Formats: sequence, C-alpha cells, structure tokens
Amino acid sequence: MPAAAIKPETSPYLEIENLSKVYASNDGPVRALDRVSLQQKRGEFVSIVGPSGCGKSTLLMIAAGLASSSEGQVLVENKLVRAARTDLGIVFQNHVLLDWRTALENVMLQAVARKMDLRVAEQRARELLAAVGLQGFEDKYPRSLSGGMKQRVSICRALIHDPPHLLMDEPFGALDSLTRDQLVLDLQRICSERSTAVLFITHSIAEAVFLSDRVVVMTPRPGKIDRVIDIDLPRPRTLAMRESPEFAHYSREILDVFLARGILKE
Amino acid sequence: MVDMVSEDNGLLSIEQVERRVQEQTRAKRTRDRRAELIYPFLAGIGLLIVWELGTRVLNIPIYLFPPPSAVIVSAVKNWELLLRESWITSVEILAGYAVSIAVGIPLAFAIFRWPVFSKSIYPLLISSQAMPKVAVAPLFVVWFGFGLFPKVLIAFLIAFFPIVINTVMGLASIEREKIYLAQSMGLSSFETFRLIRLPNALPSIFAGLKISITLAVVGAVVGEFVGGDGGLGYQLMVANGSMDTPLLFAGIAALTVLGVLFYWIVEVVERLSMPHLERSPDIAGSV
Repeated sequence: MPAAAIKPETSPYLEIENLSKVYASNDGPVRALDRVSLQQKRGEFVSIVGPSGCGKSTLLMIAAGLASSSEGQVLVENKLVRAARTDLGIVFQNHVLLDWRTALENVMLQAVARKMDLRVAEQRARELLAAVGLQGFEDKYPRSLSGGMKQRVSICRALIHDPPHLLMDEPFGALDSLTRDQLVLDLQRICSERSTAVLFITHSIAEAVFLSDRVVVMTPRPGKIDRVIDIDLPRPRTLAMRESPEFAHYSREILDVFLARGILKE
Repeated sequence: MVDMVSEDNGLLSIEQVERRVQEQTRAKRTRDRRAELIYPFLAGIGLLIVWELGTRVLNIPIYLFPPPSAVIVSAVKNWELLLRESWITSVEILAGYAVSIAVGIPLAFAIFRWPVFSKSIYPLLISSQAMPKVAVAPLFVVWFGFGLFPKVLIAFLIAFFPIVINTVMGLASIEREKIYLAQSMGLSSFETFRLIRLPNALPSIFAGLKISITLAVVGAVVGEFVGGDGGLGYQLMVANGSMDTPLLFAGIAALTVLGVLFYWIVEVVERLSMPHLERSPDIAGSV
C-alpha cells in the first residue's frame, strides 16, 4: 500500500484552502471571507477568535459542508467536501434541542440517525450526560432545564458517536461566566480523553487561550485570518493558570491584534 | 425531632419553613383551581338569573326573548328531537372535518414539498379564500340536492383552509440550525421530516385543527339552512318559522354544546400527542 507512505502524524485532518465567500447585495458584493486558509490535525484544538461579523461562523458552516463557498475548497482527509459532512458533531450557539424529546432522547437522536446499536448508545448517552453533571435529568424535557444544562445536552449529542471532529460555534456565548468556566473544563477533559479535534469559534480571548493548541485571530471587513498563535501551555490546564504570566502574554498577543486593527480602542 | 428541639431558640428550623411554604403553595394552588371552576359557574348562574328576572320584569313577550326557564322547559320537552337532530348535524360536522384533515394535511405537505406546486396552487388557494364560501351553498343544493353530501362539502370547504395554512406555516417555520443538525447527522429528507419537521410543526397544525373544528360546525349549519331536511340548523329554521323561540334557543344551546364538545376532543388529542407541553390554565384559546 504505497498510499500509506504519507506520514499520518503530519497529514492534516481538515484543510481549508483559499476560501472566499462573497454575498451579492443591492449595494454591490459583500466580502464575508477573503482567501482564508487553515489546517487542522487530528486531535488538535483550534480556536477562531474574532469580533462579530468577521465571518467566523460562515467559515465554520462552510467547513461543515453546510454552506457553500464562493471560491476555494475544503478537504477532509484529502477528500474534497461537496455535501454536508457527517464525520463530525456540531454545537451551535443556541442549544437547538428538540423540545418534544427528553434530554436523553435528544442525545439519542444522533444514535437513531446514524443507526447505531441503540442499547449500547443509550448506555453511552447516560454516561456522557453523567459526565457533564446531568445525572438525574435524563428524562426531563428541555423546557425544564436551565440554559447551561441545555447546552450540555447538546454537547453530549455532538459527542455520542465519537466523531473525529467537533465544530463549536460560540457554544458558551449565552451562558453566565461560572457555567462557562465549568463547561470549558468539562470540554477540555472530554476532548482530551477522546483526542477529538475541535474547531472552536468564540469571541472570548480567555476561552480561546485556555482551550486551544492554536488560536486563529480573525479580523472583519473582509473576514481574514490576521494571526495564528500557538498556545504552548501544559495540559490539563487549570483555572488558576489563567492568572499565570504565560497566559497573560498570549491574551495580550491576541488583544494587540485587535488594538492594532482598531477593533478595540483604548 | 431531637436536633430540631436542640436548635430551637424561638426560630423556625429550615425544615419547618420548608414544610410551611410547601403547604401554603399547595393550598393556594388548590384554591386557584377551585376558583377557576367556581367563578365562571357562578357568573353563568348570575347571568341566567338576571336574564330570567329581566324578561319577567320587563314583560318581554316569550316569542321575542324567552326566559331561560322557558328554554329549559322546551329543551326537556323536545329532548328526543334535539338529540336526533344533533346526531344528524354531528355526522355532517365530523364528516366535513375528516375530509378537511384528509385533504388539508396532504395538500399542505405537497405545497411544502414541491416548490412548483406551491408556486402554482398556493396563491390560488389564498385568493380563493376571498370568496365567501357561504355564498356557494345554494349552488351545492342545485348540484347535489338535499342529502348529507352538500353539507359535508360546505363544512369541508369552510374548514380545510386553516388546516392547510397552519400546516404549511408550521413546516416552513423551523430554525435553520435544526436542519443543519439533521444534515450533519446524515438524516435523509424523509427522516428529517418524520423526526424533526413534523413534530416541530405539530403545535401549529393543532392550532389549525382547532380553528377548523369550529368552522366545520358553522359549515354544517349553513348547509342545513340552505337546503336541509334535518339537523339542528334545519330545526332552527323550522322553529323560527313557527315562532317557537324557546325551541330556537334550545337549538342554539345544543349547537353550542356540540361545538364545545368537539373542540374539547381536539384539545385532548393535542395534549396527548404533545406530552412535553405542560397543561396550562390558559382557556383564552377557545374560540
């Protein structure tokens, strides 16, 4: 098998090449993404951080094969993405739970859709829910769960089939800061246990630095990758590490990009 | 008990507070629930008394505005007749309603599924609603005579539109993320429909079904007005012709009972098919 000669360690799982997205409008074309290129290895945690309107959500949807690009391409394991990818789990900013299904049934939707062995899957769904602190809430409908709980259910739903790739679009954006901290810790633990690659969209610098192996800084109008910063902090990372000088240094680096581009003004 | 006493220095223990709050809340809930039944009942009784006294004091002729007592007497006297006519009307209503569902929901699915179909049929359907359907009732008598069929047809014609509109709206109004989610799970479009779109549309569909059942009652009665030889609508016309106003009132009451009963049945089905929605005390929905 000569094809196997490619070193698996170095060949990227996801490749985004020269991706542009342009919307036509009455006032002329709008550039949402301007020649964005990005690579992600298996098991790597990559965050895309940037202000609202920099096209990061659009980028994620194109990477998932859910939206079309105007130019450029997306490759997964060297295969061109032409339709919605199914090798992944997605967590949206909104939990997107089905309100007629209980927490467990919502997680199980993924298993039903993929025709997994339902007995095994249910066992796993229960384990996952317990792992994010939702033991005892399996049979509750979303309406009686808090915002943080709903988002946890949706994370479980994105993970039950053990996808090699997890896409998260500002998953903690609507939550209070304590819940965010807990979920960030949970996410770190779960992803390192399974070595899932995560493409994580956020506008929180601290969240990006805390979770990532690499942070991609995007700036708007047009949406463009401005800098890519490798985060070389030991794992598992702890909340206390947020106070460390190294952490502060990385945060500062990202902040400087935003200051230099006039996204933040002092 | 022992540690409660030891902690007791004139203050209530948290357990005691808990118990008190729990009991108070439960008592309040029971009171509220009772009030919900008792107040409308008392208001109804009060209204009947005012009505009864009003007609007597003002000496209103019975053929003009009968007191409730006269209506009740007439209803009791004619109970067999009312029951028989109610049965006839019920069959018309239910048949018309069944056809509305059988045609309306598949039509809505088709409108949703095939854009060409929706672009051609949907505008026609909506503009057809400007036509007062009651006006075509006499035409149906000409075409189909005096039997069951023209009444069912009119009931259907009036009732099916809200089912179509609400089903289409329910199917179309879905967050884009839910569809993205389905795609990322590899669901086929049929499975997406079955697992996500249809249950998502269910509240809207039932809203349509509830409007439709009341309209089906109207349709059946209109059909009987125009060309009937039986049913409550026909009986109303007969009572009207013979100036038997108490019977007229009794007939209206019977129709109201039918309408409420059918509406309630639809509501029960709705509740059973959507167990995730808790029962709400909201009764404003009853048209």
